[in-house]
This record gives sequence, structure tokens and C-alpha cells, in this order.
Amino acid sequence: MAVAPERTRAAIYEGTRIPHPIPTVLKVSAELEATGDVLPINFGPNHPSTHGVLRLIVDLYGEDVVGLEAVVGYLHTGFEKNMEQKSWWKAITYPERIDYLSFQANELVFVLAIEKLLELETPEKAVWMRTCLCELNRIHSHLVWLGTAALELGAISMFWYCFREREQILDLFEMVCGTRMHTRYFQAGGLAEDIPLGFYPEARKFVSWMPRAVDEYEALVDKNKIWLERTVGIGFLSADDAIALGQSGPVLRASGVDWDLRRIEPYLAYAECDFNVPVYPEGDVYARYRVHMDEMRESTKIIGQCLDRLEGMEGQPWIADDRKVVLPPREELHTSMESLIHHFKIVTEGYRVPEGEVYVTLESPRGELGCYVVSDGGPKPWRVKFRAPSFVALQATATCMVDALVADMIAIVGSLDTVMGEVDR
Amino acid sequence: MSVGSTELSGDAGSAGVGAENPVAWSKIHGVSHVETGHGETTLVVKPERLIEVCTHLRDEEGFNFLSDVSAADYLGWGGHGVSGYIGTAAGRDLNQPMTQGLQTLPQPKPKRFSVNYHLLSVTDNPRRIRVQTWVEDGEPVPTVIEVWPTADWHEREAWDLMGIPFEGHPNLKRILTDDDWEGHPLRKDYPIGGEPVRFSEAE
Repeated sequence: MAVAPERTRAAIYEGTRIPHPIPTVLKVSAELEATGDVLPINFGPNHPSTHGVLRLIVDLYGEDVVGLEAVVGYLHTGFEKNMEQKSWWKAITYPERIDYLSFQANELVFVLAIEKLLELETPEKAVWMRTCLCELNRIHSHLVWLGTAALELGAISMFWYCFREREQILDLFEMVCGTRMHTRYFQAGGLAEDIPLGFYPEARKFVSWMPRAVDEYEALVDKNKIWLERTVGIGFLSADDAIALGQSGPVLRASGVDWDLRRIEPYLAYAECDFNVPVYPEGDVYARYRVHMDEMRESTKIIGQCLDRLEGMEGQPWIADDRKVVLPPREELHTSMESLIHHFKIVTEGYRVPEGEVYVTLESPRGELGCYVVSDGGPKPWRVKFRAPSFVALQATATCMVDALVADMIAIVGSLDTVMGEVDR
Repeated sequence: MSVGSTELSGDAGSAGVGAENPVAWSKIHGVSHVETGHGETTLVVKPERLIEVCTHLRDEEGFNFLSDVSAADYLGWGGHGVSGYIGTAAGRDLNQPMTQGLQTLPQPKPKRFSVNYHLLSVTDNPRRIRVQTWVEDGEPVPTVIEVWPTADWHEREAWDLMGIPFEGHPNLKRILTDDDWEGHPLRKDYPIGGEPVRFSEAE
């Protein structure tokens, strides 16, 4: 068994609850099977509470969940295979579509992998803007999670309030990138465009509003008896089991493990940002909800700090000055033959990335998002593999479902915050 | 055995993989050799010694977290004519749109498939390492499911998409494609757009 460090150990339950020998399948015990009262139920793949197309094969004994197997793959679209056919800079559009709620984080992890292979430095302005957008994206993702997870437990109005703020974030994305989702704003070397005029005041408005909005969400559910009864003490996952099952992000922090890659392996500008990492030791659905709520507040703080820095960077470059990788400024194409050639080469053949293999990870809204990239020195990736945190989170369903009732199943699957697009890729 | 502390790098573009001392890593029993590049350390291990090395890394070095299992197919690496191919040693192949000649051929690989285990230490001394093992088509790799239970779906995915058989896996079946799918789609010899059309008149 993998063991969590002492400082993070929380006594959620004794020993391990991970099923053996198959860690992801909860098997019905022989004595229950012998009663003849076990009812297999097919939950999904098309069910409004499965966050996409997830199929759970559930064995029920009365209202108790006594067996469970998750079946995934209904959204498999071969992103990784497709990316091998595209030049590096065209492949950047793919990762965003893998996880359609945290598109910026997915885009960033691939761009960081390219930059690591190219050993390309990004200008300060791009680093801070990436941090800012990634945190906006984290709030966006958490809002969709909160809205849909609460909706599944009957808190319908929550959905409207969450999507009200989500709309503001998407407006900000539209302002910066031209599109509301799947922005493709990060280029190898920096940003695709300069930050538009008027972004800072609009973002400031959001930053001042968002903490009040989180207060409103909490006012709606935090003291709600139904909400508490459906979340507190349900879906336990101990710190040791969470680590052994590879859980990351809010699920891991809700199991009492003080672990956030933004703090542990600071990338972008996080080393210079002041923020807290919320950790709750209870390991239940309610703790996961609390982590999400606190993270929205912390992300708002980070965005404010990013804006403080960005506002002083007016006129600074937003992308690296490397003509072999970065498109030359548009106006130069009319006057400079050299720029025209570079532009033509990058657009038609793509830039070459030196041979090598890298594994880049970052803290996406769902946890440790990894990208393993192999290059053979050409203009297309040889192999791209994503470590999808949702894919790993679903492996914990069988462990969390020990001693659960059928109604808890919805709360538990929801609390793991999975995006099926990312699970199936 | 103690290994030097990790130096966390804070600059953009780095995931903070510590630059470790390759000599210390190569002393672990079962490690064939150690490669470093881009600040990442790779322990190359023979498949038959994988469990031994992984158990040691988990118990003695604190790598309690398996981040990912990534398999890669190197069929046609530096060669010509397979899906994903990009150029020849001689230069750009004009008959292949979007291709570009490689000035130097990439380093040859020992076998067709690499299976990479990306490990992380969720401890007070956070660091990462990659364990890499090489196999030919059909050659089994022992499952690490007993070392890290999270390997379950990762290995099923590698079997499904790359066709790496994991010996001892209790539930090795397809995960992302259909149960009756033929072939392993992420292999380099699996064609793009090559799936059979299921609703044609002939059927």
C-alpha cells in the first residue's frame, strides 16, 4: 500500500477500502449473492446525473449499493491519435476540447510541454496573463461543477446562480480571445494576441463581485438541511486510499492531504502569488464541496494579484521573439521578405520541435493534469498522452461507494468532479 | 539509500522535476541505466525487473503516487511510410504534403514500444521520476496494480489503445473502445479513418 505522509494523515476510516484484486470494481459478497435479493441496475450511460455519458453497473440490496463497476469510453474520440497527425501549433486546439470545462488548463499543459522541448522562454506579461486566465477558468469549472452537482441533489436554483457568474467569465474570455470556450489563446512562446483594452476594468468588476457571489451560494446551501444530509458523512475516501488511487486536486485535498501543484511545483507565476490551499480532513462529499467553494475565493484573490501586475505591463511583449517558432507581427509581412518567409514556413510546415520526451504536469481545476509528449525532431508530435484527472477520479467510485445508499451514488459521483470528455479523450 | 533533495524550479514552462543525481539512481537493483533530459530523470528497466524497481521506489524512495502510465509506439521512428511519419533523412518528401526533412535522424530506440510510469512523491520531499521499460509487440509487461492500485485503468488503456499485454492484471479488457473492437488504435500502423463503416448497405 502506498502511504500518505504523517502530517497529512486524517483518521477517516481504519485500513483500506480499496476493493481487491480489482481496485475499481466493487464485487457483491458471496453471502449477499446467496440471498437472491441482489438487483443489478444499469445506471446510464444516458442519465442526467452522470455528468456526461458514464455507465455504472450497480448491484443493489434493498437501497444499499453492494456492487459497482464503472464503464467508460462512450466519448472516446481519439484526440491523442489526431494530434499525431497535426503540426505542433495546430495540435494546440485539441487539448482544449478534451476537457471542455477547463480548456485553458488543458491548452496550457500542452503548450508548456512544447516550450519545455523548445527551451523557449515566455515573456513576463504572458506568464501573468496565463495565470490570470487559468484561475478564471478554475472558477468557471468549479461553477459548472457546483451548479450541476447541486442540481442533481435537488438544489435547482443553484444552477441559475452559478451560470450567472459563469456568463461573466465567458464574456471575459470572449473579450480576450474572441471565443467563449476553447479559446486557443496560448501560443508556444506566449499569447496569440495582446490583451485587449478594457479587459482590466471588466476583470476588476468580476473580482470585486465574485466573493459576494460565493457568499450567496453558501447562503443557499451551506445551512440547508437537505444539502447537509445528502453530503455530510457520505462517500468517504481516506488520505492513504486517495493517494494509492492516484486522486488529485479537490478530491485529494478534501481527504486531508495538503497538496497543490501550484504550491508544490510552482509553474507560471504562482510562486509570486499569495493564496491559501484549502484542505479539509473529513474526506466526504461535503469536504469536497467545501474545497471547491474555498478555491473559488482563493482563485479570485490570485486574479486580483495578476491584474495588479498586468496593469503595469502596458506595452510589454506578450510573446517571445523567436521567429523560428512565433509568427512575425502581421504588419511586417508587407515590408519584410524575411518575415514573409518565416510566416509561410510556420503556417505551412509548422515549426520543428527538438527530439525528446517530456512529462509536464499542472494543477487543473480537477487535479493533476499531465501531458507526456514525445518529439522526433519534426513538425508533428510523435506521441501525446494526457493524464486526465477525471479518468483517475472515476477509479475511486468503487472505494467511495462502500456502505453507500443508491441515492448517495449521485452525490458521490458528482463530488468526484469528472468531465467525461476528459475521461474518454 | 538517500538521494539528493529536489530543487524545485519556479520558472514558467517547468513542471518542477528535480535534477537528480543519476549515479544514485543507477545503483538501485534492476535499473539498467539512467537517462536525463529536460530536467527529468528516466530509469530504464527491463520488464522482468519492473516490479522489483517499482516496489523499491515506492517503499524506499517515497514514490507513493503513480501519476500516469503512458505507452508509446516507435514503429517507423526515423523511417518512412507509416502513419505519423514526417520526413526522410535525405530531406523533404515532396509527395507528402506537410512534411519536412529531418536534418538528423532521431536516436534509434531499443524496441518498438516504451511503457512509461510517471511517478510522484506525495511527501515532504516532492519529486518526480519516470520509469521506462521497452517491449516488442506482444511481449508482456508485469502489472504494477499491486504496487499502485491506480494502475488499473491506466494499464487497461495502454492495452486497449496500444496493445501492451499486462501480465497478472486481474481485469485486462478494453476500456475506451468497444469490447469487440479490432486492433489497437494508437499504434502507428493503425490507419487514420480505418474503422469499418457499420451501417452500409452491404451489412
